[in-house]
Amino acid sequence: MTTYTATHDDHAHHGPEKGLMRWVRTTNHKDIGTLYLLFSLLMFFIGGAMALVIRAELFQPGLQFVDPQFFNSMTTMHALIMVFGAVMPAFVGLANWLVPMMIGAPDMALPRMNNWSFWILPFGFAMLLSTLFMTGGAPAAGWTMYPPLVLQTQDAFPYLIFTVHILGLSSIMGAINIIATILNMRAPGMTLMKMPLFVWTWFITAYLLIAVMPVFAGAVTMLLTDQYFGTSFFDAAGGGDPVLFQHIFWFFGHPEVYIMILPAFGIVSAIIPTFARKPLFGYSSMVYATASIAFLSFIVWAHHMFTVGMPVASKLFFMYATMLIAVPTGVKVFNWVSTMWKGSMTFETPMLFAIGFIIMFTIGGFSGLMLAITPVDFQYHDTYFVVAHFHYVLVTGAVFSIMAAAYYWLPKWSGNMYNERLGKWHFWLSTVSVNVLFFPQHFLGLAGMPRRIPDYSVQFADWNMVSSIGGFAFGFTQLLFVYIVYKTVRSGAKATDQVWEGATGLEFEQLASPAPYHSFNVAPVIK
Amino acid sequence: MERCTRHLQAGAALTALLALPNAQANWGAINLTQGVTPIANQVYDLHMIILWICIAIGVVVFGAMAYSIIYHRKSKNHQPATFHESTKLEILWTVIPFAILVAIAVPATSTLLYMSDTSTDAEVTIKVTGHQWRWQYDYIDDGFSFVSNLNSEHNDARQRGSNVRVRDIEHYLLDVDEPVIVPINRKVRFLLTASDVIHSWWVPELGQKMDTIPGFINEMWTEIREPGIYRGQCAELCGKDHAFMPIVVKAVSDAEYDAWKDMKIEQAMAAAASSDREWGLDELLAKGDAVYKTYCAACHGVNGEGGVGKAIAGSAIVLGDEIAHAELLLKGVAGTAMGSYAAILNDVDLAAVLTYQRKGFGNDASIIQPSEIKTIR
Repeated sequence: MTTYTATHDDHAHHGPEKGLMRWVRTTNHKDIGTLYLLFSLLMFFIGGAMALVIRAELFQPGLQFVDPQFFNSMTTMHALIMVFGAVMPAFVGLANWLVPMMIGAPDMALPRMNNWSFWILPFGFAMLLSTLFMTGGAPAAGWTMYPPLVLQTQDAFPYLIFTVHILGLSSIMGAINIIATILNMRAPGMTLMKMPLFVWTWFITAYLLIAVMPVFAGAVTMLLTDQYFGTSFFDAAGGGDPVLFQHIFWFFGHPEVYIMILPAFGIVSAIIPTFARKPLFGYSSMVYATASIAFLSFIVWAHHMFTVGMPVASKLFFMYATMLIAVPTGVKVFNWVSTMWKGSMTFETPMLFAIGFIIMFTIGGFSGLMLAITPVDFQYHDTYFVVAHFHYVLVTGAVFSIMAAAYYWLPKWSGNMYNERLGKWHFWLSTVSVNVLFFPQHFLGLAGMPRRIPDYSVQFADWNMVSSIGGFAFGFTQLLFVYIVYKTVRSGAKATDQVWEGATGLEFEQLASPAPYHSFNVAPVIK
Repeated sequence: MERCTRHLQAGAALTALLALPNAQANWGAINLTQGVTPIANQVYDLHMIILWICIAIGVVVFGAMAYSIIYHRKSKNHQPATFHESTKLEILWTVIPFAILVAIAVPATSTLLYMSDTSTDAEVTIKVTGHQWRWQYDYIDDGFSFVSNLNSEHNDARQRGSNVRVRDIEHYLLDVDEPVIVPINRKVRFLLTASDVIHSWWVPELGQKMDTIPGFINEMWTEIREPGIYRGQCAELCGKDHAFMPIVVKAVSDAEYDAWKDMKIEQAMAAAASSDREWGLDELLAKGDAVYKTYCAACHGVNGEGGVGKAIAGSAIVLGDEIAHAELLLKGVAGTAMGSYAAILNDVDLAAVLTYQRKGFGNDASIIQPSEIKTIR
């Protein structure tokens, strides 16, 4: 036993490989986590730059900067890059770093597959971005790729389809890895109901990914065969139905939006108790609520397509099912507020982002509830009200939670503390600007402005101008985040092992800061 | 001192910038329209109910949070409690939201059923067809139809580099060459379909939006209570000019509607008759010029130089066989934005625009007569 530990310790002192090949060949969950996070940050800025092209064009009525076709490419590419390049890889990166440390495992269960699932991503996105330079331009039919419009895509079409295949492969492999790790590699005593909520939410998310990514791959493959091999799945002239695509797409698409928010619930559930210095309220109800949300996500898809002309019975079913989601989501919000209640709170940057998340995600939830009401959705559908809704849940929801996580765990990852003053500046500038950016879009939508238009009637001019000002402020504020992270890693003050006074969990209680390259070679025992 | 001046200048510039939109300030347009139909009124009421419920829940939840943030902080030496569960509370905040949802679901269901009732007989039936990027209206009981395009002045102004101050244009992008006209206080049924891609027909004041899907027919009804002009837009992304296919509905009295209807029927008959006579080159070119600018220029260029679509100038098809050229317009090209114009343009328009293409832009091919189109169809 002693000898075993000694050799093992020796092994643990093997540091990472030197040079560039470390990153290419690595099978270490921390390295791969870092790669994922840096990649997602890069994509966040590329997707963000496209958003700024959109906001610049919409700053005033009339066409000033881009042509309508290119504008449509921008909205399409912005969405694809943010969804598949920024938000999803950021969560996978966090899972890579954190899941093994949180359950007391030495690494992910399938480390080589882990390397591969990351490294196919840059190729997938290189392929997608290359379409910007092709005849006919980048895909411009929206990230939802509805036929028949998407079939008018020129040279970019097959590249779009194969990019989706590649990203799907990467996600499925990542998901299998996370499930295998959680089921097989928990330390003795780490029962399922003792796992931190971040692990739980990712566990459920991984099942969602495995369930829906193949469906998405199937849908786009049908587009491919419709385009090149004479099938007519989605062409009425050949006996098909364009609406069939929408059903399949949203059967993937609705779980997909929860894939982008469930891990965020886990992050917030870790941060709020730490800074309230009080255990999470209703742990088991949080787990059950997450599972209920995941289940409901499979039976609400058609609320994205109330206007396609479904039978009234279907509309009613999808309306009721969608409204039900408010119940478990409400439970989560109430639990977070109760965790804060009678705590002893401090407001470091991660806590600020987490509180910001709760408030603004709830605002997104309210507009979500409004959108669920079918007869009113006929008015909201495909307007800026929808744009405001999903940006509240995805930017001030998912992205804010990722920012919170970065500030919360960066000291553990790097061993250095970030600059608190700058962190707070980042939070306040982001929060003010993001609301200037997205709140007026509710007004625009209600007043009748459709989404995905490069030019608009003069009555929408004022709030568009405000929104654009917010957009530029929010975009440039994010450069501050890059600076903060860079300074922390290069020259931040030393962080303690526990990092935060109220922090709990294996990564804070049993590992040094920075976490050693190989952690938990010998499994910790959880009482 | 210098810095001070610069600040002042910056401040003045900012004020000017913010003052700019005030010429036509519309900060007040922040809520849904009440609309002019019973359906739209119900939808508006429902919207307001849910909005207020959300605001009320928000006040309670955010209020509790704010209280906690103010009083339960370490800097005020608040000692943390240790409670972390309460089955009673969990049940309470599952049941109460559920009850609220049921309360919302009841009026929502009744409104939805009311909207979906297309069974009772409509007095006017209009078939709406979405094309890239214009709407076509068929009054199927009366046998006439027309196409409604974006107002051509607006279309010129919206081009990049037009240097037109679009703020000065009334109803910019929301005006058409020919509105769809309906009688007030009558049940009007819309049958909605599309020829190329999915569009969505939406006029906010009517309180509804419905996708138009190629190969399928959707149904929707309305009954407008107040005479007036109501404007809307295509709501489903349908390609390059999605933003530029507005909808204008003009609701008029019965008498006005009947007079207009008779006029349209007469026009349709006259157009059918004119396709049998021989047309002169100048006549065809004059008409062709107008048709080309409305229907072709967006993709093929004002001077036939090409763009999203192929060039007309020097095109082998245009310079070649008359029948092949005509069939291209009648059938369209599958998988591209070049749709069929068989339903959109009549024989005279088609012959005119074909001739215009064959004789203009430096091309010199044969004339095509409306009667020939009639045969080719």
